[in-house]
Amino acid sequence: MTRKHGDSLDSRTGRVMAAISVLALTSVLGWTVWTLPPFSDRMQRLVASNMAISGVENPVTAVLLNFRGYDTLLEIGVLLLAALGVFSAVPSPVILSKSTPSPILILLLRLLLPFIVLAGGYILWIGKYAPGGAFQAGAILAAGGILLSTAAVPFNRFATKTMSIAMGIGLLTFIVVALATMMVRGNFLQYPVAQAGTLILVIEAAATISIAIILTILFIGGNPEESPTAKDEGDKAFIIERDNTTK
Amino acid sequence: MTISLLYALVGVVLLGIGLYSLIIYSHLVKKILALNVAGSGVFLFLVATANQTSGPVPDPVPHAMVLTGIVVAVSATALALALACRIHQVTGTARLTENEPE
Amino acid sequence: MDEFPNLADIAFDGILALVVLVLAWKLLRSPNLFKAVVLFISFGLMMSLAWIRLKAVDIALAEAAIGAGLTGALFLIALGKLEGNEHSDHKNNDTNPKSHEGNPKMASGSSD
Repeated sequence: MTRKHGDSLDSRTGRVMAAISVLALTSVLGWTVWTLPPFSDRMQRLVASNMAISGVENPVTAVLLNFRGYDTLLEIGVLLLAALGVFSAVPSPVILSKSTPSPILILLLRLLLPFIVLAGGYILWIGKYAPGGAFQAGAILAAGGILLSTAAVPFNRFATKTMSIAMGIGLLTFIVVALATMMVRGNFLQYPVAQAGTLILVIEAAATISIAIILTILFIGGNPEESPTAKDEGDKAFIIERDNTTK
Repeated sequence: MTISLLYALVGVVLLGIGLYSLIIYSHLVKKILALNVAGSGVFLFLVATANQTSGPVPDPVPHAMVLTGIVVAVSATALALALACRIHQVTGTARLTENEPE
Repeated sequence: MDEFPNLADIAFDGILALVVLVLAWKLLRSPNLFKAVVLFISFGLMMSLAWIRLKAVDIALAEAAIGAGLTGALFLIALGKLEGNEHSDHKNNDTNPKSHEGNPKMASGSSD
């Protein structure tokens, strides 16, 4: 049992067996790919013929929020679950930094954040007509949130409380709309055709906020409400990862 | 050999590379990297088969699936990294050892 | 749509496929984790190009923002928590608990 590469499995037979089995799997999959039928049109024709009742003009948004809306509801639930899992996996995640905010980052934020919000709002709205939608917009806003948290901008208690509420608002809106449509039309998450576009926009807006906040919180690495100084000093908390004081 | 077929094969090879690295490396962060690469391979395969329509418009259903998959993958990665940091905090190493101390 | 591709298509797609495969192989074989994460971010950007070639523009937007950017940032933060310039080689990781590692203020503050 010789050790060949520094950080891989210790036994050589283990590595060879893993390589052989993965090669077998890959070749079977590759053969399947090679012998796939050349055209598969059924789903695309189904979606294209039902675009009129979906309320939007972008087929991906129609599939994501109307035809397979339940999957998107569960996906937003999974995001929330991941955030809750990160909360429970870390004891007290928000570590204080003694350093002051970097002035270069503050300047960059001041210039960049309005455009980030504008780009996010635009991509959310254009998701009805062209490629875009809630997830892309939420990711762009989350980039702004990440910049905020790395620039050590102080978050006061109102902001952290709002973040905690905003985490759940996407899923809540989605479920409320789904139950409302169930009471009106009889089927869970079946939009009335006249209001489908409006409902989709409402769901997407709430989901964008929720996704942006959750992705920022995933980056922060824990519950922003639980930072020690939020309780000690009352109204200011630096949310930043620890700086590498030793290398 | 069309474009879709090429990307589908690339996706399958990425899945193989990711799986192999997941098995043989012992560092947790590298395992998470390998899982992400394998996931990207699967998504590439899905979208490549979605491209094989007879018209100019690709099939939007796998696009929606892959979009959902990307978001779920990032949330799973975030949770896995938080757990890996916690393991490092508790046991002192982020590497899975072969011989468990009794 | 799927007629036989012309030379520009073959060249671009072939090179992109090759770059993606080489990046994936390099990132998983490199013992330095920081280098691996940087290669992973560029792998995400190349995947974004592949999505555009496959006419999946929504996925390209999402991959560039979430897959490359956010996942890369998460990995870098995790590497920072795991002791700076961690090498995934089987070096002798001396496990003296550095004071800033993890959490010195183990405040009994799980008060919710």
